[in-house]
This record gives sequence, C-alpha cells and structure tokens, in this order.
Amino acid sequence: MTTFSLRKSESMAARILRGLLSSPKATIAAVICLILVFSAIFAPLIAPQNPYDLNEIDFFDAKLPPMSEGYSGMTYILGTDGQGRDMFSAMLYGLRTSLAVGVTSGLLAMLVGTALGLIAAYRGGFLDSFIMRFVDLMLGFPTILVALMVLVVFGQGVGKVILALVFVQWAYFARAVRATALVESGKEYAEAARCLGIPAWRIMGGHILPNCLPPLIVIGTIQVASAIAAEATLSFLGIGLPITQPSLGLLISNGYQVMLAGLYWMSVYPGLLLLVLVFSVNIVGDRLREILNPRLAQ
Amino acid sequence: MTVFILRRVLQAILVLFITSLVVFLGVYAIGDPLEILLPADASMAERAQVAASLHLDDPLPLQYLNFITSALQGDFGRSFVYNRPALDVIFERLPATLELVTTSLILSLILGIPLGLIAGVKPGSVTDESIMTGSILGFSLPNFWQGMMLIMIFAVWLGWLPSTGRGETGYILGIRTSYATWDGFIHLLLPATNLALAQIALVIRLTRTGVQETMPLDFVKYARARGISERRILFVHVLKTILIPIVTVLGIEFGSLIAFAVVTETIFAWPGVGKLIIDSINMLDRPIVVAYILVIVAMFIVINLVVDVLYSLLDPRIRSRAS
Repeated sequence: MTTFSLRKSESMAARILRGLLSSPKATIAAVICLILVFSAIFAPLIAPQNPYDLNEIDFFDAKLPPMSEGYSGMTYILGTDGQGRDMFSAMLYGLRTSLAVGVTSGLLAMLVGTALGLIAAYRGGFLDSFIMRFVDLMLGFPTILVALMVLVVFGQGVGKVILALVFVQWAYFARAVRATALVESGKEYAEAARCLGIPAWRIMGGHILPNCLPPLIVIGTIQVASAIAAEATLSFLGIGLPITQPSLGLLISNGYQVMLAGLYWMSVYPGLLLLVLVFSVNIVGDRLREILNPRLAQ
Repeated sequence: MTVFILRRVLQAILVLFITSLVVFLGVYAIGDPLEILLPADASMAERAQVAASLHLDDPLPLQYLNFITSALQGDFGRSFVYNRPALDVIFERLPATLELVTTSLILSLILGIPLGLIAGVKPGSVTDESIMTGSILGFSLPNFWQGMMLIMIFAVWLGWLPSTGRGETGYILGIRTSYATWDGFIHLLLPATNLALAQIALVIRLTRTGVQETMPLDFVKYARARGISERRILFVHVLKTILIPIVTVLGIEFGSLIAFAVVTETIFAWPGVGKLIIDSINMLDRPIVVAYILVIVAMFIVINLVVDVLYSLLDPRIRSRAS
C-alpha cells in the first residue's frame, strides 16, 4: 500500500464507511441493520396497530394465518396471535424492546469494561491482577450460567436483565482495553506525554483511550448482537423480560406453545426477524474487525 | 509448583465461598416460599409453624451458617416442591443431562472432524467456503431457535422424529439410558443435535486450523515421499497430531454444555437438571436453585483448576508468569 501514510490521516469514520461499502455482503448487512433500527425507532408510526392497546385489537381475529383479512377489514400480512394481535405490529414493538435492551446493555458493559480495563492497565500490580483474575473467571463461565445466577440473585425485570447482560459482557471489553492500553502506553507518544508532565489520568483518558477505540467498536458491535440473542434466550426460558414488555424472544416463546398445533407463524416470523437482526449485526461486526485490525489492513 | 497449585486451590475455594454467599443472599431476597407452599387462607399460626419447620424464621447469618455447614456435608435442604433432599433430586436428574451432553460431544466429534478435515485440506475451495459459512451459521443462530426449527422440520412437517420428551429408557450395564431402546434413541436425536450444533461449528474450526498448520510440516512431506495415499495421510497421520488439542477443548466445553442444556432441555421437555432449574426458579424452590448453582459452579471450578494445573505441568512458562 503506497498511500499508507495518507490513509493513516483519514478519519476513522471515513475509513469505516469506505471499508463497509467495499464489501457487498457488509453493505447489505449494514443497510438491513439501519432499516431495522429505524423501524424499531418509528415502530408506532409504521405499525398498522398498537398491539398493546386493547381498543385496537379484535379478539375475533385471533389465530388468523398470514395474509388473511380480519373482522374489521384490516389485512394481517403476518397473521395474528392468540389474542387477535397483528403479528407484524407485535414484531415491530418486540424489535424495539430487543434492540433497546441489547444496545443499552452493550453500551453499559462497554463503559464498565473500559473503565476497569484502563484502571488495570494504568495501576498495574495488585489491582491489575485482581481485576484480570476476575475477568478470567467471568470468561471461564458460560454466558447462560452467569445470567441465570444474576437473575436468580436479583430477581426479574427489565433492569435486572440489563444488569445480567452487563455482568456477562463487561469482561470482554476489559480484557481488550487492558491489552491495547498496555501496548499503547509503551509507545513514544505516551512517553512524550509523560515527559511533558501530563497527569497519568489524562494520558490514559485523553491519549491512550482514543487509540483503544478500534477494538472497542468491534467488540461493542459483536456484543450487542450477542446481548440481543442472550436476552431472547432468557425471555424464551421465561426468566427474562416481563410479559408487559414483550421482546422478540418472548413473542417466539408465546408462539412456541402453539407451534406444535401447526400455528407456525406466531413463532417462526419473530424468530426470522431475530435471526436477520443478529446475523446482520454480526456480519457488520466481522467486517469492522477486518477494517480496523491493523494487521489485516496492511 | 506446589505453591502454584496451592494458590489455585485456595482461589477456587474462595470463589466457591463467595458464590455460595451471593447466591444464598440473592435467593433469600427473591421471594417468600411460604406464599407458594401455603394456601392463601392459611392462618398466622400455620405460617409460623411451617416457617419454623423450614428454619425460615432464623436470623439471616444463622441461616447461612446452618446452610453452609450442611451444604459441606452434601445437604442442601429439602426441596419445597418435591419434599425430598435437594441434592437427591438433582443427582436423580443429572444422568439424563449427562446422556444428552455426552451424545452431543460424540456427535460434534464424528461430524465436526471430517468436515474440518475436508475444509482444511483445500482452503479457499467451494467446499471449504460452504462448510465455513455453515459453521458461522452454527455459531450465530440462537440455540433455542435452532431447536424450534428442528422440531418444526423433523417432528411437525416430516414427522420422522418425536418432538419432545425422553421416551423409553432401558438398562445397559446397570445404567439407565435411552440407548437401550429404539424409542429412547430416536427421542435423543433432536435434542442432542440441537445441543451439538455450536460444538460442531467449534470442532470444524479447530480441525481446519489444525490441518492447515500441520500439512506443511516435514513429517507429512516424508509420508508423501513414502508413497502413502493422501487420504491415509489426512485421516491417520494428520488427524492423530491434531486430535489432542481438539479433545482438550471439548473437555473444557463439557461444563458449558451442561449449562447450555438448560435451553435445549426446556425446548425438548427433556427431564434433566436444566429443565429442573428453570422450573425451580419459576416455583421459587430455593433449595434446588441454590444446590444446582453450587453444584455446577463447583464442577466448573474443578474443571478449570484441573486444566490450569495440567497446563502448568506441561508448560513451565505459565507457572512463572502467574507468580
């Protein structure tokens, strides 16, 4: 790469955008992600009905297969559930909940993990080995077991599920940030900053942290996908989100109870939506790893 | 060396102690089992009597002390629901889970290794690409959704296999197992596949990397020079060298499979410990929840400890880095 030095000066956002667009697979996945995020945000505007407003749903329309016309003349493209709710609307609202929980817990885990990782790298010594032992311990346990323990200990609810997901995920961020920060703080610019007498916390926060961003972005994306999948799993098991805020996982779980009777649409369509969501976020994350990994980029 | 092992053992005991404390406190806080055990119109005297018989009226530290001393003797209290010792209920269900987990491990080996070998031998080929894409799919499909689709396809649409339950069991060498009867065996297939899918993907990746690293080595060239067929080189010579790391990783994965069996068992109504824990959480059956978590965590800590110690025996660098 002859223009290597020029490339370096390109802003990170531009580099990510160019990298994404250069791969058709990643472009499609990114577009799907954007569409899904916008549909989730504007769900109340897009959805044909508010599935949780009892005035809008008609019990006579219960269990209608996809594309059938309801009592009130409305066409249910994806059918209705056991209460006569439009599946399409319920899925849009479910997507909203799933995305909100996944993104919130991903960001919180990033915050906690980055802070602990930086502290570990900056302080070293006892604190470092204590935090890293804890990280090893967390990564050694399977996600589902840790989440189960947190939910058993703290009880159920939206906040508790987010807490459980943060608890499961922070360690990935902490490990990556610590490793990068250790490498970065040995570099010349960090040494120069130290020579200038800049306080250590400012070097860590203002100089080293920005250079930890590439791995953080990659892990963040992939962890959001895994948080969405984990939340769906917990809700499916009946120990996740409460029934008042149905996420995609809960919709699938409700539909699963009638799936064996042949009413497939109540669980298959929310499942497909979940699959598309998780899969496209993962593909974008994979591509970001390729773009931002300096070893692969050269 | 002894110091290293001693430190790890102490750490393991500390982790187990903290887990027991946290879980005990948390489980104490989530709900009042009396609400579930007693009819709504129970009198105060009845409540007090039941609370006293279950030692629910003691102060918290005393309850923990009682709990930990009896737990160390293998007594986690009686299940509120089954009215039998919690550990007995768990150990009674454990064989079903272990059967599921071992079947999945075997499945992942007999499917994952050949696929990984084929993919690794010609990297970049169409076969390799499709096997690897399949393995990405295996990683990223949510486990419960995979299970549902398996039921949908093989039980509902095709009607080839039973959808849920364990089926008939028989005895082989005194062990109660599904392998003894045809009915049990076909009941085992779907849940075992569901649990194995992620492991198959993992084994494919490990095998593929192993093949790619081993193929350029001298002993492979020598085997070729001796006129041994490519097939024999791959399936005997190369396979032998890459089998050890694969088996090691699967050994470590054994514990997480037991944990992930929670999902599979719930979908397929498999009567193992995973289904037991979900049912117990929903019924606030505290002794079972606590006993399950502590048994599984203890198992994990022991597996990790053994792996740590074995690795440090084999690779002295790890020892010096840790101390």
